Amino acid sequence: MQAQTRLNLSLLHQDQALFSPHLFLVTLVITPTRTVLFNYSLSQKRTLYLNLAFSSKLQFSARENTERKRRRTRGTKMAFRAMISSRATQQSKWVPSAGVARQMSSWFGHVEPAAKDPILGVTEAFLADPSPDKVNVGVGAYRDDNGKPVVLECVREAERRIAGNLNMEYLPMGGSSHMIEESLKLAYGEDSDFIKDKRIAAVQALSGTGACRLFADFQKRFLPDSQIYIPVPTWANHHNIWRDARVPQNMFRYYHAETKGLDFSSLMEDIKNAPNGSFFLLHACAHNPTGVDPSEEQWREISHLFKSKNHFPLFDMAYQGFASGDPERDAKAIRIFLDDGHLIGCAQSFAKNMGLYGQRAGCLSILCDNEMEAVAVKSQLQQLGRPMYSNPPVHGALIVSTILGDPELKKLWLQEVKGMADRIIGMRTTLRENLEKLGSPLSWEHITNQIGMFCYSGMSPEQVDRLTNEYHIYMTRNGRISMAGVTTGNVGYLANAIHEVTK
Amino acid sequence: MASLAFSSTSASPVALRGRPNKLAIGVAQSGACHVSARGSDRKARLFITRAVAVEKKVSRFEDVAMAPPDPILGVSEAFRACTNESKLNLGVGAYRTEDLQPYVLNVVKKAEKLMLEKGENKEYLPIEGLAAFNKATAELLLGADNHSIQSQRVATVQGLSGTGSLRLAAAFINRYCPNSKVLISSPTWGNHKNIFNDAGVPWSEYRYYDPKTVGLDFEGMIADIKAAPSGSFILLHGCAHNPTGIDPTPEQWTQIADVLEEKGHTPFFDVAYQGFASGSLDEDAFSVRLFVERGFEVFVAQSYSKNLGLYSERIGAINVICSSSDVANRVKSQLKRLARPMYSNPPVHGARIVANVVGDPNLFSEWKAEMEEMAGRIKNVRKRLYDNLSQKDKSGKDWSFILRQIGMFSYTGLNTSQSENMTNKWHMYMTKDGRISLAGLSLAKCDYLADAIIDSYHNVN
Repeated sequence: MQAQTRLNLSLLHQDQALFSPHLFLVTLVITPTRTVLFNYSLSQKRTLYLNLAFSSKLQFSARENTERKRRRTRGTKMAFRAMISSRATQQSKWVPSAGVARQMSSWFGHVEPAAKDPILGVTEAFLADPSPDKVNVGVGAYRDDNGKPVVLECVREAERRIAGNLNMEYLPMGGSSHMIEESLKLAYGEDSDFIKDKRIAAVQALSGTGACRLFADFQKRFLPDSQIYIPVPTWANHHNIWRDARVPQNMFRYYHAETKGLDFSSLMEDIKNAPNGSFFLLHACAHNPTGVDPSEEQWREISHLFKSKNHFPLFDMAYQGFASGDPERDAKAIRIFLDDGHLIGCAQSFAKNMGLYGQRAGCLSILCDNEMEAVAVKSQLQQLGRPMYSNPPVHGALIVSTILGDPELKKLWLQEVKGMADRIIGMRTTLRENLEKLGSPLSWEHITNQIGMFCYSGMSPEQVDRLTNEYHIYMTRNGRISMAGVTTGNVGYLANAIHEVTK
Repeated sequence: MASLAFSSTSASPVALRGRPNKLAIGVAQSGACHVSARGSDRKARLFITRAVAVEKKVSRFEDVAMAPPDPILGVSEAFRACTNESKLNLGVGAYRTEDLQPYVLNVVKKAEKLMLEKGENKEYLPIEGLAAFNKATAELLLGADNHSIQSQRVATVQGLSGTGSLRLAAAFINRYCPNSKVLISSPTWGNHKNIFNDAGVPWSEYRYYDPKTVGLDFEGMIADIKAAPSGSFILLHGCAHNPTGIDPTPEQWTQIADVLEEKGHTPFFDVAYQGFASGSLDEDAFSVRLFVERGFEVFVAQSYSKNLGLYSERIGAINVICSSSDVANRVKSQLKRLARPMYSNPPVHGARIVANVVGDPNLFSEWKAEMEEMAGRIKNVRKRLYDNLSQKDKSGKDWSFILRQIGMFSYTGLNTSQSENMTNKWHMYMTKDGRISLAGLSLAKCDYLADAIIDSYHNVN
């Protein structure tokens, strides 16, 4: 667990670093029994910004202002660059040479380049690589057996049907009601009483990210003292989302490094130790990045413990249908919680299971006590979306509602999503067989035990770096392999490379 | 587990009604009681639950109050609910044809047809959006031969229309210029305040609208901008000011630039109507280009909702014109970092439409023609409304401000109760600040509207 936590931290550092690491304060408490706490020193950061912003303004004295029409000199440019590079080690009171024009120097000179996003940065690096053998098992976007992106047939057909038919008027703030209705049926069940009783506050969201962000902002606004418990490890962007929403984060143990499976006892312990009424982020199926899901029995136990602790579960469901091939089966965890009487939240994404990645189609729903409350909560969710994007994009929503609303298209979709899931399950089997055939001393059964798009290989960042540098295999440094990028064409090469760096 | 007894009693929770944002109080299960005040520590917040689980939980969000309807989008909802035949929707700024139907531009239909035929994939865009779109949008705004583009000093990130682009810029200001505040015009688009509030950027207003002249309060504007602390961000509408329709003249823009320069302010443009105001893309970009020429660092939020009719596709961009390409690169990287935890990457469909339209010379010319048509219809409607008002109103009031204003909106000068009269008595749906959307008006209805305005203005206080 220690190793995994450190690993996750390194991702965070990479992501968080705005300035030199030594200026960045992180308080970390790890004990065998307690959960891990992160405190980002925001005030520390702010002080830094303040000093820099202020010092850059010191340049612009009245004297300089009168000379503001002068062209920037090369010397000034270089001096300015020196100031930018030196600010990490000193609080500069740099005074420029006389005659610097006010608008020649930038107000944003103190802005550091952001670190590359650890996940999306992998694809950028992959695209830049000229090697013919390169393999991209980084980002979680499905590829067919030729390594090509796939647009589902049902999606193409839906697009043909909607082309030219409708105007492009603004959707209502909450998004397309048809799409929301269909999304809820998928998550909560076709005949769900909660839908009939109108107890679910739901809005269309910008895919999974947008749904999580809306919930985080909602949590901040209406339960300002609350925190969020996030599994270790999790999708890196979860940390960004709750951080930018300014909701403090706690961790709960999840992944068991030795078995490359679920650390169930620690998970239950952390749930028990959390103060009653805490908020928990749960991956409904196909945990990202580990691919490790609780069994049905384990979900029941988790649900029971949640009840006695009065915890609130927010399900992030990004892979419904994609994990097992059967959307109903993949929603099992949610249905268990609903049966047990929990009031849940659910962030849905259609990026993977409908291949609508770039369309940003998703849904956030919160099950409430009654219809009136659902109306109030929905109105507040809309209120949070309004100053972010006013109303959500229509195209993806139309595709979703067209497909799910038409029995024929829906049937086709179910076939296609099963096809994608089956290909991935097949690749898991093949990769494991190849590794075993190569005589690897390690156990690789976790490859087939895990589920969904990702496989947590257990490789270290150094081993991953070797894969990238020596074999042109691109993946995230936490050892996560996107099985969607594995094909019959490259599985042998991949197995060989993994064997080489791990033997 | 299965043998747990379920209690079906659950007393109503102790709620703090009428105080939004307060924490909901816990479940009052029989025999237990809990109170939690906002800001109290965790121990006090302990919910004493029974060993026996209850069948139905009481919600954590029991206490969430109903949000007020959005003043602008709420108008459309009220309009839809109205059954009167003479009703008119003069609320939201979405263009309508003379038949008061929504309008999908021909070039957009053609572009979509092209896209359908090409059958491109739906992979994630990079965080900063579609490269072809970003290039096209910056060039549209500044001109392809603009020095700032040539020297790569423009950081462009695709955003969720105007709102999303403004929000990205506001979040950036909050993070990198935490001392600075934004000045917004009084009045301005209602959502501006929400955006800066939610981004945590302090704002104040500068005088803009003069009710006496129903025109620009230029002296007040200049004075307020001068009085603002050095290094503030001044939010300016590039053209077709929303909600008033009153734009500064070119000479006034020059003077505004002088004041910003003097005080070291940064101009922050909201350009939602480029091409839609006058009918000419270049003419409408005059103010932005002026500031860029003068050597300012500029924020510009763009939207294609109106000028390409792509409202619901949510397509726009945030551009930051910086003093060097190095700064621009870094600023762009940080804008991306702000976008990632909001929505990861922007929607692709609208971006492709814009890129296709702008990228094809034929489609581009066609677009310019359609835009001129839309702007032309609005000018005609203004003229007709003015004629009707001048004819019918015997009081001698000068209604010519309607002709001087530009763009989709007109500030009629009606106050709240007068606007309410417009709605309640005449079924004219508009926002309470007296703003009407001329895009929702047809020549045929100008007569009726004139009657309504005259009645509300003279007979209601």
